Amino acid sequence: KLPTGLYKKVLIILHDCILPYMNEPTLMIDFLTVAYGIGGAISLLALNGLFILIHQHNLEYPDFYKKLYSLLDPSIYHVKYRARFFHLADLFLSSSHLPAYLVAAFIKRLSRLALTAPPQALLMVIPFICNLFRRHPACRVLVHRPNGPEDMSEDPYIMEEEEPSASRALESSLWEIQTLQNHYHPDVAKAAAVLNQSLSEMEDDISGLLELSAYELFDKEVKKKANAVPLEFEQVRGLFGKKNDVFAEHFTLD
Amino acid sequence: SNPFEVKVNRQKFNVLGRKTKNDVGLPGVSRSKAVKKRTQTLLKEYKEREKTNVFKDKRFGEYNTKISPEEKMMRRFALERQQNYGKKNIYNLNEDEELTHYGQSLAEIEKLNDIVDSDSDTEERGTLSAELTAAHFGGGGGLLRKKVSSGQQAEEEKPKSRKELIEEMIAKSKQEKQERQTRRENALELTEKLDNDWKEIQTLIAHKTPKSERKDKDVEKPKPDEYDIIVRELGFEMKAKPSERMKTEEELAIEEQARLQKLEADRLRRMRGVDEEEKKKKPSHVSADDLADGFILDKDDRRLLSYKDGKIDIENEEEEEKDVEEEEEGGSTDNENEDESEEESGGEDEEDVAADSHSDLESDLESEEEAAGNKEHKKHVTNENESLNVEQQDPKMEAAKSELPYTFAVPESYEALKSLLAGRTVEQQLTILERIQKCNHPSLAVGNKAKLEKLFGFLLEYIGELATLDLPELRTIDKLVLPLYNLCQMFPEAASDSIKFILRDAAHDMEEIIEVKGRAAFPGLDTLIYLKITSLLFPTSDFWHPVVTPAFMYMSQLLTKCRITTLQDVVKGLFICCLFLEYVSLSKRFVPELINFLLGVLHISLPKKQAHGYTVVHPFVPVGKNLELLLVCDKKDLESWQKQNLPLSIVTGLTSKTSRTEMNHIRLSCLALCFDLVKKCAALYESLPSFHEIMYPLKILLTQHVPVNEYPEKMQECYHSALKELENKVKHYTPLICEKKKPVPLKQYTPKIVKVLEFGRKQAGSKKEQERKELIRKHKRELKGAIREIRKDNQFLARMQLSEVMERDAARKRKVKELLGSLATQEGEWKAMKRKKGRN
Repeated sequence: KLPTGLYKKVLIILHDCILPYMNEPTLMIDFLTVAYGIGGAISLLALNGLFILIHQHNLEYPDFYKKLYSLLDPSIYHVKYRARFFHLADLFLSSSHLPAYLVAAFIKRLSRLALTAPPQALLMVIPFICNLFRRHPACRVLVHRPNGPEDMSEDPYIMEEEEPSASRALESSLWEIQTLQNHYHPDVAKAAAVLNQSLSEMEDDISGLLELSAYELFDKEVKKKANAVPLEFEQVRGLFGKKNDVFAEHFTLD
Repeated sequence: SNPFEVKVNRQKFNVLGRKTKNDVGLPGVSRSKAVKKRTQTLLKEYKEREKTNVFKDKRFGEYNTKISPEEKMMRRFALERQQNYGKKNIYNLNEDEELTHYGQSLAEIEKLNDIVDSDSDTEERGTLSAELTAAHFGGGGGLLRKKVSSGQQAEEEKPKSRKELIEEMIAKSKQEKQERQTRRENALELTEKLDNDWKEIQTLIAHKTPKSERKDKDVEKPKPDEYDIIVRELGFEMKAKPSERMKTEEELAIEEQARLQKLEADRLRRMRGVDEEEKKKKPSHVSADDLADGFILDKDDRRLLSYKDGKIDIENEEEEEKDVEEEEEGGSTDNENEDESEEESGGEDEEDVAADSHSDLESDLESEEEAAGNKEHKKHVTNENESLNVEQQDPKMEAAKSELPYTFAVPESYEALKSLLAGRTVEQQLTILERIQKCNHPSLAVGNKAKLEKLFGFLLEYIGELATLDLPELRTIDKLVLPLYNLCQMFPEAASDSIKFILRDAAHDMEEIIEVKGRAAFPGLDTLIYLKITSLLFPTSDFWHPVVTPAFMYMSQLLTKCRITTLQDVVKGLFICCLFLEYVSLSKRFVPELINFLLGVLHISLPKKQAHGYTVVHPFVPVGKNLELLLVCDKKDLESWQKQNLPLSIVTGLTSKTSRTEMNHIRLSCLALCFDLVKKCAALYESLPSFHEIMYPLKILLTQHVPVNEYPEKMQECYHSALKELENKVKHYTPLICEKKKPVPLKQYTPKIVKVLEFGRKQAGSKKEQERKELIRKHKRELKGAIREIRKDNQFLARMQLSEVMERDAARKRKVKELLGSLATQEGEWKAMKRKKGRN
C-alpha cells in the first residue's frame, strides 16, 4: 500500500521509535508479516520489528527460518542494509537448539553466495560462518569429513531448494570457502584458511566487522608500512608489452 | 737453565683432557725481563717527565721493518743525491761526476736500451767522430778563428783543399746524422709496432676472447717467426694474470636461467605469502640487473639509443669517439704522472726506466678496463666538456642550439619537467630523461637521490596529463614507461609511495562522490593507465604487496560501485576486467567482482526481458534503465562488423560525432572482448574447487539467453570458444578434511641429556650468549692483568724514587762528612797553631 521509499523509512525506525511506545505492539504483527512477505530489501528491514515481537511478545512465526533462508540471495552482500541483516541473522542463529540441518543449510547458502561477494562482505561473513560452526559442532562435517566418499561428480547441496531440510546441505562440503582461500585479498584468504584448522573455542566478535566498508579496507591497506617493496623483474617493453598481454589482444594505443 | 730458578706448579691430580700450560715457571727470568722493559720505557718517561724536547730520528725508513736493509740503503742514497742535485757547489768539483767507458757515458749506454729518447740532444751525446774532434779541437779550431778574424782576404789566400775539407766534413757529419736519425726512426717504428702488437695481445690475454678470434689476429700479422711466436707466447703466459674467464654463451644462458629461476622462486614464495617472518630477515629484493652502483640496465639504454633518428645517432657516435680520446688523454696523463713521480724519486736506479714502457702499457690496459666500468661517468664528464665546447668554440651555434643539451638538472617541480619535455619528440623526451638520470646519478652527488625520487612523481603526473588530453598521447606514454621502470628499479620506496599516493587520492575522490551523490562514475583514462603501470612496475602475484594490494582494492571498488551508464563506462569496466585478469594471471587468485561484472556486461547486451536462472548484482540491475546498452539490433551493422581491437582513445574521445554504425561496432567489439574474457576466466579458474558454482550464472546466460544466431560469424566463434571453455571442465569434488592438529607433547620429567662437545666449556645457552660470556670472561682477565701491571709499575717507580732519595741522602751525608772532616782538620790545625803559640 505504501510507496517503497516510505515503506523503507518506516521499517527502519519501527523497532526504535514506534514499537517501544505502543501499548499493543502485537497490532503491528500483520503489517510486519506482510512486509516480510514482500521480499527484497523491505523483507530485510521488516526482520528487525519481527524480531522484537518474537523476542518480547511471544510471537509464534511459522516457517520463520524458511523465510529467512529464502531471503538469502546474491544481492544480500551488496545492499546497504547488510550490516543490519547480518546482525539480526547472527541473533536468530545464535540459539544452540537449532537443528543441524538448518544451520548447515544456512552455512552452505551463505558461502555459496559469498562467491559473488565483495571483500568487505567476505571479511564479515567468514567469521560469521566460523561462529556458526562453533555453536553447532554437528555442522563440522561440512569442513571435516574423513570417511566420506572419495570422489563426487556433483555437489549434493541443492541451491534452488527453498526448504532448508531438503537442501541436503549436511552431505556437502564447504568448497566455496576453500575457493575463497584463493581470494585476491590477503585478509580474506587468511580468514578462509582458518577453517582448514580446527577452530578455537572462543567466538569471533563480528560486531566490528559488520559495518566494514570498501574504502576503509582500502585505507587500511594503503596505510600499512612495508619495509621492502618487491619489484617486477621482467623488463618492461611498453605499456602493453608484457608476455601474453591481455590488453594487446583487445586494445590499441590509438 | 738453573734448576734453582725454576718454579714447578705441581698438580695434585691429573685431569683427563685438560691441557696444562703453566706447569713450569721461571720467576727470576720473567722478573728481570719485566724490570728491563720498565727501565726502557717507564723509567725513561719518568726521567724525561719535565722535558719537552724530543729526539726525532729522521733517517729514512729507520723503523720501517718492511723494507730490506739493502733497499733502505739504496733509498737513502737516492735521497741524498736528490738533496744535492739542485745545489751548485762551486767548490765541489765532483758534482757532475759521470762514469764513462771509452769516452761514452755509461748512463747513456744504459739509456740506449730505452727506445724512447728525445730527439734534441742526440747530437751532443752521440760519439764524436774523429774528424769532427780533429776539426774542432785540432787545426779546425785555429782555422775557424782565423776565418772569423781575417775575413775574405784570408779566405782567398787559403788553399781550396781546406775549404773543401771543411765542406766535406760538414757533409759527412750531416750524412752521418741523417743516417743515425733514420736508424733511430726505424727502431722507433719497430718498437711502436711491437708495442701495439703487445697491447693487442695483452688485452686478449686479459679478456681471453674465444680462440678463433685470436687466431684471426695472428693470421693478419706479417708472418712472424715461429720461434718468436713461441717465445712471445711463453712470455705472455708467464705474465698473464689469472683473470676471470669470459663465459661461454651456454654458461651465460645457464646463469641467466638460474637468476630467473631464483627470482621466480622468490615471487612464488611471496605469492603463497607463507613465511613472512622469514622474508623479513632476507635482504630486500633487488633486481638482478642492479649492480648496486646504480648503473642499471645498460643494455636497454643502448636500445634506447637505437631509437634515435640519424642526427642524434651521429651525435652519440661523436660522443663515443670523444670518449676514446678522453681515455687516451687519461692514459697519457697517467704516464706523465708516473714520469713526475720518477723525477721525484730522482736518481733511482735506471732499471725502472726500462720497466717504464711496460708499466705504461699496463696502466693503459687498466684505464681501458676502468673505462669499461665507469664509462657512464666519463661520458658525463665528456658531456660537460662537450657542451662547453659547443658553447665556446663551435661556430655553428645556431645548429647546436637546436640539438639537445647534454646535461640536465633534475626538474624541481612538475612545471619544470613539463616545460622541459614540451614540444619534443618522443625520442628526444626519452633522451632527456635518460640524460637527467645519468647526469644526476645518486653516486655523483649527495642530493641527487631525493631529486630523482621526485622525478618519478613528476613523470607519473606527466603521464597522467598526457592521458587526460582530448587526444591521449598513448604512444608517448608507451615509451615513457621505460624511464619510469628504470627509476622504479632505482628507488622502489619512493616509487611505491608516489603510486600509493595517486591511488589514495583517486579512492578518496570516489568515496567523497559516493557520499555526496550516492553513486560514482568511472575515473578517467589516466587512472586506468596508472593501474596498468602498477602492474608493469610491481609483481602482482604477491600475497600481499604495499602497492598492488591497494590497487586491487581500488579496482574492486570501481567494478562494484561505479554506475554503468554509457558505452565508455562499459569499455572502462572491461579495461579494468582485463587489468584484474592480468594481475591474477600468475597467482590465479579468485576475483568475484570480475565474474559479476562480466555477467552484468553480458546481461546488458541482451534484449529486455526478465532474467531467468541468474541474478546480476550491483552496479547492474536486473530491470531498469541503461539496459540494452550493448544490444545491437541493426542487421547491417551486425554484418559489417569486423573483429578489431578497441582503440583506447574512445574512453575519452567518444562524442556524438561517431556514427551509429561505429557505435554499434564498438558495442560488438566489447561483446567479443567480453566473450574472450569469460574464456580466459574459465581457463584461469579451472582449478578452483567450486569452479562450476562460480561459472553457473555465466553458463546459464550464455546457453539460454544469448541470441547466438543473430551474431556475425566471428562473434559466434568467440561465443562458442568461450562456451566450450566453460563446459568441458570435469566436475570433481572431494570432501574437505581438516588439517590434523599437531599433538601437544606431554610434559616429561626425565633429565635433559646434552651432548658434551668439549670439556671445560660451558655448553648452555645459545651461541650468542656463549659469545657474550666469553667476552665478559676475557674482559675480566684483561682487567686483572692491567691492574697487576699498573701495580707493578707503581712499585717499580716507588723503588726508583726510593733509590733516588737514598742516593741523594748518601751524597748529602758524604758531603756533610767531608765538610765536617775539613772543619775538624781546620779546627785541629787551628788548635795546633794555638798550642804552638802558647808553647812559644
